[in-house]
Amino acid sequence: MTSAAQSGPMPAGAWRIRPEGDRCLVVALGSALDAAVSLRCLAAAARLRQAALPGVTDIVPGLASVAVHYLPPAWRDTAAGDPYDALAAHVDALLHGLDADAAQPAHTVDIPVRYGGGHGPDLADVAQACGLTPQEVIDLHAQPGSRVHMLGFAPGHPYIGVHDIRLALPRRAEPRTAVPAGSVAIANRQTVIYPQRLPGGWHIIGATPLCLFDPMRQPPALLAPGDFVRFVSIDDAQFQRLREEREGRSPPGRPQSGLPPPGAARSAQGTT
Amino acid sequence: MSIAVLKPGLLSTFQDLGRTGYQHLGVPVSGAMDSLAHRLANLLAGNDEACATLEVTVAGPLLRFDQPACFALTGADLGVSLNGEPAPMNRPLIARAGDLLAWGARAQGARSYLAVHGGYVLDTVMGSDSTYVRSGFGGLHGRAMVKGDCIALHRPLPDRDLEKLAQALWRQRIYVPAGLSGAPRRAVRVMPGAQWRDFTPASRDALLGHAWRIGAQSDRMGYRLEGPALALSAPRQLLSEAIAFGTVQVPAGGAPIVLMADRQTTGGYPKIAQVATVDLPRLAQRAPGDTVSFELIDLPQAQELDAQREQAFARLKESLSALRDRLRIHYRKQP
Repeated sequence: MTSAAQSGPMPAGAWRIRPEGDRCLVVALGSALDAAVSLRCLAAAARLRQAALPGVTDIVPGLASVAVHYLPPAWRDTAAGDPYDALAAHVDALLHGLDADAAQPAHTVDIPVRYGGGHGPDLADVAQACGLTPQEVIDLHAQPGSRVHMLGFAPGHPYIGVHDIRLALPRRAEPRTAVPAGSVAIANRQTVIYPQRLPGGWHIIGATPLCLFDPMRQPPALLAPGDFVRFVSIDDAQFQRLREEREGRSPPGRPQSGLPPPGAARSAQGTT
Repeated sequence: MSIAVLKPGLLSTFQDLGRTGYQHLGVPVSGAMDSLAHRLANLLAGNDEACATLEVTVAGPLLRFDQPACFALTGADLGVSLNGEPAPMNRPLIARAGDLLAWGARAQGARSYLAVHGGYVLDTVMGSDSTYVRSGFGGLHGRAMVKGDCIALHRPLPDRDLEKLAQALWRQRIYVPAGLSGAPRRAVRVMPGAQWRDFTPASRDALLGHAWRIGAQSDRMGYRLEGPALALSAPRQLLSEAIAFGTVQVPAGGAPIVLMADRQTTGGYPKIAQVATVDLPRLAQRAPGDTVSFELIDLPQAQELDAQREQAFARLKESLSALRDRLRIHYRKQP
């Protein structure tokens, strides 16, 4: 990852808390896409989740913010005033002294990708736009250190990054009305993976045979905020085999990637 | 089999208070569009508020009870009849085996709720019975009701002394406070959104001064408002961040969208306003073609109104203890 990943303790004034309506507050930690800011968001989200705050229903990291959805009654009738003021003061106190580098262990998930060909129709165009060969695009994309910054847009739909600056390119001018499930697509130094058939404006460079989201699985999403991701290039035969394995295997359980070497698909490790 | 679907209606889905706790995985909350009517229906049917109800949209279904049940109808007045007689809203009623419940002409509102005592047997997914049609999970097989569906009930009524129970329920004094029974037409109250100040003064004035038409493309995910185009004072690039029920966002074209129950979990458009929770039900009862106007309040006011609503609910729940007791007795009695 970039050097900015070494973010250290949260500097004073690194965040600002504001209301998002009467049942949600947002901790804003930056305004631009930045690996250090995103790490702080992940650390802040983890800290708030750990605190198990009463009345809080969801803690949702964004690319530069963390949203806290809450039910106000738990924060009513406190000395701090309105429910928002009471919860905001509590959240603020929890973030003081938070060390984004000392975040709890994160998982690493291998994502096998069949790059290019029919699975990645935009790979050649991406290579040309970036002044690289297709293989160079693949190599840069598969560099270790990529991280799930957030999920959104659809159930189990991850935003992964931040990729090498040489992979910086805007989204397609013309979005597609339908992108096949499993498509791996890039834009703005990030990757998204489409868990189901969806419209999309990102450049499709490959596809994974893995199931990104299964509502009957626990947890339902393959990836969670903070996970490390390792993209592994596979060929058609491996893609086919993994796809068949997936279809033959019934949940529950988080699927393993089935990649060689086996058994290393999902291991706990500390942040680097 | 307890309720048979003879006609499905336009969009009839089972919803509860929503699928919370999974938004960080991109899972929308869903749940009842008008949570007030949903909760009210449950209380009047002697249920916990979290129990799933049937949310019926504008043009409703034709249902047949194949077992006796205690039920309640709330929300929009969609001309519901029981065996051809108008079915009173906002109170517990009894259906016998073979009874037909038919939704008719829309008189007022957009969404009607049917709660059945004990609840429906549905697919619980991630702790919720709410249907999320876009991804096809929850509720009744992840989809809207279709003709031929049969929905089992957790607690159909024992088939005896139904006339006695019906009369006892009819004699129950049910007082639904004005704040809980769907209010008359008035402006929907909003708070300034995260980018309120970044919009031109003319845009802010237009949001509050214009009677907006709810566009034809509006659905459970979002209400598209038709009116003057809203614009930022200067272009801004925003990163995706969380959004909430009632967030009013403005995409590049300038037409605002109010995010509703099936909204995505995150969004990247500027947010001009946020509908106060207390008025979300009022907005959810407007249908495409209806108009809506907005009135600005601040956060403390919004939280105070929300608190008053919750207190009214607590009082209503308490006042209905006799109803719950009466139902309990009916189940306990031996034939």
